Amino acid sequence: MKTSLLKLDTRTKKRNAAEARFKAYGLTAIIIAMLALLILLTSVLGNGLSSFRQTFITLNVELVEDKLDKSGVRDLEVMSKVTTISYAPLLRDALIAELDERGIENPLSNRDLGDMISKEAAATVRNRVLANLDLVGQTITFDVLASGRIDAFFKGDVTMESAVLDSNTSPEALTIAQQLADVGVIETKFNWNFFVWPDASVQRPEAAGLGVAILGSLYMMIVVLVLALPIGVASSIYLEEFAPKNRWTDLIEVNISNLAAVPSIVYGILGLAIFINFMEFNQSSPLVGGLVLTLMTLPTIIISTRAALKSVPPSIRDAALGVGASKMQSVFHHVLPLAAPGILTGTIIGLAQALGETAPLLLIGMVAFVREYPAAYTPEAGLFGEASTALPVQVFNWTQRSDPAFVERASGAIITLLVFLLIMNAVAIYLRRRFERRW
Amino acid sequence: MSIMKLTATTAAIALTTTAAFARDNVQVAGSSTVLPYASIVAEVFGENFDFPTPVIESGGSSAGLKRFCEGVGENTIDIANASRAIRPAEVEACAAAGVTDIIEVRIGYDGIVFASDINGNAFEFTPEDWYKALAAEHFIDGELVPNTLSNWNEVNPDFPDQPIQAFIPGTKHGTREVFEEKVILAGCEDGGFFQAMLDAGVDEDTAEGTCMAIRTDGRSVDIDGDYTETLARIDADNNGIGVFGLSFYENNTNKLQVATMNGVVPTTESIAAGDYPVSRPLYFYIKAAHIGVIPGLKEFAEFFVSDEIAGPDGPLAEYGLVSDPELADVQETVADEVVMGSGT
Repeated sequence: MKTSLLKLDTRTKKRNAAEARFKAYGLTAIIIAMLALLILLTSVLGNGLSSFRQTFITLNVELVEDKLDKSGVRDLEVMSKVTTISYAPLLRDALIAELDERGIENPLSNRDLGDMISKEAAATVRNRVLANLDLVGQTITFDVLASGRIDAFFKGDVTMESAVLDSNTSPEALTIAQQLADVGVIETKFNWNFFVWPDASVQRPEAAGLGVAILGSLYMMIVVLVLALPIGVASSIYLEEFAPKNRWTDLIEVNISNLAAVPSIVYGILGLAIFINFMEFNQSSPLVGGLVLTLMTLPTIIISTRAALKSVPPSIRDAALGVGASKMQSVFHHVLPLAAPGILTGTIIGLAQALGETAPLLLIGMVAFVREYPAAYTPEAGLFGEASTALPVQVFNWTQRSDPAFVERASGAIITLLVFLLIMNAVAIYLRRRFERRW
Repeated sequence: MSIMKLTATTAAIALTTTAAFARDNVQVAGSSTVLPYASIVAEVFGENFDFPTPVIESGGSSAGLKRFCEGVGENTIDIANASRAIRPAEVEACAAAGVTDIIEVRIGYDGIVFASDINGNAFEFTPEDWYKALAAEHFIDGELVPNTLSNWNEVNPDFPDQPIQAFIPGTKHGTREVFEEKVILAGCEDGGFFQAMLDAGVDEDTAEGTCMAIRTDGRSVDIDGDYTETLARIDADNNGIGVFGLSFYENNTNKLQVATMNGVVPTTESIAAGDYPVSRPLYFYIKAAHIGVIPGLKEFAEFFVSDEIAGPDGPLAEYGLVSDPELADVQETVADEVVMGSGT
């Protein structure tokens, strides 16, 4: 008996059901992946967005001559001997004066009151005084950092309840802070310095920034780009266009594919042995870091460049050779330009991978506390030879610090790193869309 | 080989346009316990002196000392931080690589505390309690029986009925050694288990080893990461009790409550007075050959142990370091560059 086409038989129903099930599996997989991403992003953004804002106290600091320049000669060398330890009381006195003037009750001891101001503040004032010795004796307005706990209070991470148990702050200090904020002396505002300042010690989380890490990462990326791109492209062109296909090239090919899968820490061990112990480059330097990451990125670039060269149709080469071009002319005039978008995409993805890498840097001393901005070149240390850290390393370092304020900093650094990666990947996609040619 | 070296050097010259790689900053590596102190000193040193801020790496006492002993020269580190004294084997390894003159500097003492979730039960421990709770095997009536205690009230009837769950430092940490010796072994001896084993004819080394063997049935978890990891584990499991450095606890008093040991609350004062039993000295080691070569090295070391930094009112004490009562001697050691083994 012939059934209607509109009426499904059991077999068709079964097949349709199988298809529906498969779609459901796929959708579930995507939903799980999206949820994981969502959870990651909410936790990172929730913790980290506050790191882009910072609490400052505006203080009128009397730069007492007796304390800062006893001799009164205003000599830089003499005044350099006065350390930040002598500057801290001036800031505390300024805060006391401010409280008196505003009629705010102060039940705190001098020491606890001083702890409301960041330890970094004394250095800020000292640097400004040493830069302009005439300031001594005057009363100058400074916008100094509030301590980490006060900052966390205005961001909601420290509450009156938690402050009762906290040995580094007290509800009284928070009450004073709240009153000062009400009259505008304490202010939480956007903090560009997070991207500019160097790392700070555990005692001043509020002053810690990504400056050195961003510079270090930038230098390393320059080294990787300058070395990996030409070497990678040259070797791919040779392997793909000129090399005879024999056992040796097969061997090389297999090895390159293998190298792409080697755990990155292995490159760190190699870097330590070759670049530091044998070639005696400086430890912790972006040069060594860049060289190690170059080794790590090369296979990625070679593989993607070869894929890009392969995707150029043979007819292009044949046509060029047919009108009398040499092999080299056909490659450089026709094949390479057509493969360029693919090569660039591969390079950018390789760089993005290198930017997020921590493991190999552990072994070459870049997982470190560095406060000096590394110079790109100095006669002593050479090119990129000064110690620095890198962005992912800074995340790693901050997550290990005891002060809870570093949790926020670490998440802020992750956001910064993610933004850089996003930009690089977006550029890669744009380049591919814009210049890619299909045949 | 020489061709390889030549190529490498040529590449180096091409890369950096100069073959001499001098370094003008002090380079430090070692213990993650000393790292916060060293970074505090480095920061203040950098902002007050004309020398660049020293670069401080962590990685553990053993790893730091290993790199310290790699040799003399600008591509090796100048100072190794350690949360334990250098071992004779390490001194030999150093000497073999040409690092013969080492200055040992003790910066102060660090307390090791036991802390649990702030909302959990309070504890008053003795080392014996910890030995009973965590030993792999107990020596009872002349034979070793596996430790099957599962709740704290079984260890000591005064304790609450709470499952035993300890988070202790992994074996790569210097802290683990102190924990085993000053808590577990001390508890084994206090409780008379050590003597009982000796009386039963066990030799001393084996008895010590048996005392310090920690159970592996999951009641005690080794933490190979930092104290932040221990804190996260306690957050997740409110029955957990963790081993922390005093300074870490003092920075997280709103999340943790500290247990007493032998009735003494750990504070910098009680540790300095010697009342709190679980503490250990912290050190750094200077490569004497680098003094005068690396600018600021000696100044940094002197600044580190100066009264304004390492004294009882300095920033290090504020962060949780128990300052050394013999700080003046230490300052003299650094000032005179007294190397180890020179018969002080």
